[in-house]
Amino acid sequence: MRLPCPLCGERDLREFYYQGAAVSLTRPDPDAGADAWADYVHLRENLPGDLEEMWHHAQGCGAWLVVTRNTATHVVKGAKLAMDTKRADTKRADTKGART
Amino acid sequence: MRFSGLRVLKEGLTGNKGWTPHWRDPEPRSEYDVIIIGGGGHGLATAHYLASVHGITSVAVLEKGYIGGGNVGRNTTIVRANYGLPGNSEFYSHSLKLWEGLEEDLNYNVMHSQRGIINLFNSDGARDAAARRGNQMMSQGDDAVLMDNAAVRKLIPYLDFEQTRFPIYGGLYHPRGGTARHDAVAWGFARAADQRGVDLIQQCEVTGIDIVDGKVRGVQTTRGPIRAKKIGMAAAGRSSQVAAMAGMRLPIESHVLQAFVTEGLKPCIDTVITYPMGHFYISQSDKGGLVFGGALDFYSSYAARGNLPMAEHVIENALTLMPMLTKAKVLRSWGGIMDMSFDGSPIIDKTHIDGLYLNCGWCYGGFKATPGSGNVFAHLIATDTPHEVAKGHRLDRFRTGRGIMDEEAAGSQHNLH
Repeated sequence: MRLPCPLCGERDLREFYYQGAAVSLTRPDPDAGADAWADYVHLRENLPGDLEEMWHHAQGCGAWLVVTRNTATHVVKGAKLAMDTKRADTKRADTKGART
Repeated sequence: MRFSGLRVLKEGLTGNKGWTPHWRDPEPRSEYDVIIIGGGGHGLATAHYLASVHGITSVAVLEKGYIGGGNVGRNTTIVRANYGLPGNSEFYSHSLKLWEGLEEDLNYNVMHSQRGIINLFNSDGARDAAARRGNQMMSQGDDAVLMDNAAVRKLIPYLDFEQTRFPIYGGLYHPRGGTARHDAVAWGFARAADQRGVDLIQQCEVTGIDIVDGKVRGVQTTRGPIRAKKIGMAAAGRSSQVAAMAGMRLPIESHVLQAFVTEGLKPCIDTVITYPMGHFYISQSDKGGLVFGGALDFYSSYAARGNLPMAEHVIENALTLMPMLTKAKVLRSWGGIMDMSFDGSPIIDKTHIDGLYLNCGWCYGGFKATPGSGNVFAHLIATDTPHEVAKGHRLDRFRTGRGIMDEEAAGSQHNLH
């Protein structure tokens, strides 16, 4: 399995650290309550198929990536920088006046 | 049909014509008292104990493939009770005691071999942890022997003791640990359950769980609807898919763990050896193949196969520990789907849906738990109260934070356990 880092190009699996499903992109509001936080920390869809997940290019450029990968076949569909994804979300949230 | 020495002798003298299939192949009935989803080791054991301990024989085990085709037929066969944390330690102790009487209970040779297991350690800190764990095991009535370098050299002289990177300080030996023939465990439980009237329905995939007013009513399957008031889910790596049919999300991620077997060799390793460098472990099967493995591949997967970096890492472990293996040829390798929980410990509990029970989160250690898991899950389903040794395995511990059993002290990240 090789992952396409947007900054470094396609790189060996061993260069990356895995953090699981990309739930951290949609972190609950600090006041969202215990149930929302328990769900966020622990509960996962975990179904076979395409999954958005967080990979850290730890042995490369150090960027956090959002990789779309099929968990049933290991086919990697693409990768983008988590930074860009998060910034886009923050901008959207700001225009709505929501807390980020 | 009961198995006995006399029977083997008689069949041998009369052309082996009297043997019959180990279990029936029944058509599903329209209703049962209990349905177990998943005909693996844990599901079959649950059915056996429901029938034998609780007298509940109107039970169907629904298996989408064939009996013994899942993780129970794809593991590395180790049986042990050397856990450290309260909640887990008494559960695995209970399970090992069931193993020790299992062959008589099932009237089946599961080739349970208490050849011992030794957990090596490579530092002073690890020795202290091993001593503590050993004392804990002994204090609950199990066995443990703390060995120094000289004692380990006597037990398993063929290791590379002189290496500098991970020198072997000693090991914690657990003489009652060992191995069992994994397929025979599935077959033994299947046969015993079948003989008490449990229907084992193979090639029967559950496609829906019927819930009305917060209560289960039955399941939809590829072989038609089946009604039941109680349904137990025991689907291991596929637990999230089964629970999704009841609208539930679980604190589980499915990961891939690889295992490896060499060609058959003459007897050389007569115990189970674990080596903390990369979770490495090795034993020798009765056929002669060396069975070994290491850590997870570390990414979510339902592919039932891993990638080469972990294969290389595991084989590096093998050769670091035992240079004598350089000429052994790996015959095959495979990957299994592990139901990794967020604290590395299992979940055996009721759900918020009346009549729906959950058994999952076995991480990469489900095989040794097979009799214990079935025994306590049957108790839960039959009596609606948790068994004494499994009362810590609550589903809500993740939500409340109370009673987390984090064996690896890794926190809330599934792949670190």
